[in-house]
Amino acid sequence: MQENKKIAVENLNLYYGEHQALIDINVDLKEQKITALIGPSGCGKSTFLRVLNRMNDLIDGVRIAGKVTVDGEDIYDNNMDVVSLRKKVGMVFQRPNPFPMSIYDNIAYGPRIHGIKKKQVLDELVERSLQQSALWDEVKDRLNKPALGLSGGQQQRLCIARLLAVEPDVLLMDEPTSALDPISTLKVEELIHELKNTYTIVIVTHNMQQAARVSDYTAYFLTGELVEFDHTEQIFTRPRDQRTEDYITGRFG
Amino acid sequence: MTIMSSTRQTYDKALEDLQREILRLGSLVEAAIDEAVHSLAKQDAKLAQRVIDGDEAIDNLKREIEDKCMILIATQQPIAKDLRRIGTAFGIITDLERMGDHATDIAKITLRLANEPLIKPLIDIPRMAKLAQNMVRSVLDSYVNADIELAQKACSKDDEIDHLYRQVFDELLEIMQRDPRTVVQGTHLLLVARYLERIADHATNIGEGVLYLETGERKDLNL
Ligand SMILES: Nc1ncnc2c1ncn2[C@@H]1O[C@H](COP(=O)(O)OP(=O)(O)OP(=O)(O)O)[C@@H](O)[C@H]1O
Ligand SMILES: [Mg+2]
Repeated sequence: MQENKKIAVENLNLYYGEHQALIDINVDLKEQKITALIGPSGCGKSTFLRVLNRMNDLIDGVRIAGKVTVDGEDIYDNNMDVVSLRKKVGMVFQRPNPFPMSIYDNIAYGPRIHGIKKKQVLDELVERSLQQSALWDEVKDRLNKPALGLSGGQQQRLCIARLLAVEPDVLLMDEPTSALDPISTLKVEELIHELKNTYTIVIVTHNMQQAARVSDYTAYFLTGELVEFDHTEQIFTRPRDQRTEDYITGRFG
Repeated sequence: MTIMSSTRQTYDKALEDLQREILRLGSLVEAAIDEAVHSLAKQDAKLAQRVIDGDEAIDNLKREIEDKCMILIATQQPIAKDLRRIGTAFGIITDLERMGDHATDIAKITLRLANEPLIKPLIDIPRMAKLAQNMVRSVLDSYVNADIELAQKACSKDDEIDHLYRQVFDELLEIMQRDPRTVVQGTHLLLVARYLERIADHATNIGEGVLYLETGERKDLNL
């Protein structure tokens, strides 16, 4: 299968005030592939993820140089519509953060904002999103119950469903399973695997085995630099850079 | 081995133990080959029997090491070079165990031939044996010392062994053609040469394993 680049990052540099958090990043992220971002705490993984849908815009004092394109479109162009960018490139966070409303309303929230009002259309969207996130069977009889009554693993899948409901292309996930037990983790990983057929996924994880299990590509970041980017198989059997080897095998520090 | 670091002592210690065990298996096998060929040349049935009896210890140790590898995989989820180290270990112990089997095969032939005069003085066969033993010793050294040059050099000796094998083969064939009464013993001696040639092949596999372990590259050293 041909691998198209979905996201292209060129000469990216990012500063939080004086502090440079990303240094000369160049990387292409492939369409319908899963890319895992790994690296020690503070190396810039979350920052990089937020670059991809301009979430850093919300932080004071951030300065970005370089070029980031999604589907060939420069997302930092002045004409870029940030709202539609964030619809296209959606994010799931470390801690599940359902809204304090019903399961149904959580999912319908995004589509409603984007102008969908018809009950029938919303019903379909809610069901489809919950099916896709492998949660439907567990919640179909309690759609009007509060989302906060779900387990942590269910809440995370709900957040993924909420994201899918606005029909994005790219899913950014920042440590999506770090708060989940092993079974919920595996469910979410399975789900991520399924979603790959439709979406381009970028996932931050501190769990090396998770990166190895779910991703097609792995990017190793160290103090703001992208040290190594390659097929996951390559990274986990014979990384080219000694620093990558030291990190993934736990010899770091 | 240069794998000690402060962050993962238990794991590193287990890997070092693993390597030590593999070397122990290696020396058992080296000794078995040496004694097997010796027993044949000296027609020493007692020595041959010792080789045969010793094979069980080799098999047991091999299985023990295999279990250790399995446990390491289950408990440490090895990746990168650690993974190559354990993957290579499986290969090395299988090759060593096979060599041990061939030593036993040779010892069994010693028992068969112990009470009859040899149809020819054994010259090339001990030479093959010496070369094969050197290969085994060198690839194991290359393994311990992470010395890929030595691994490659050792494996290049395989040609000489192949050459000697062909020489032994032709010579024995000729003897057997001249005098059909030599066929039984001649065939057994042919098998001995064949086993030694196989031992060298297994040593080559180990050399390739060392190369893969150290570099991540797959290369055929048996050209
Ligand atoms: N809002 C902010 N303001 C200033 N500095 C920040 C901000 N967010 C992150 N940083 C700094 O930028 C660097 C990269 O942080 P980032 O959160 O991207 O790391 P990370 O790789 O995601 O770490 P972790 O694995 O701990 O989540 C760190 O030095 C961090 O202190
Ligand atoms: Mg982070």
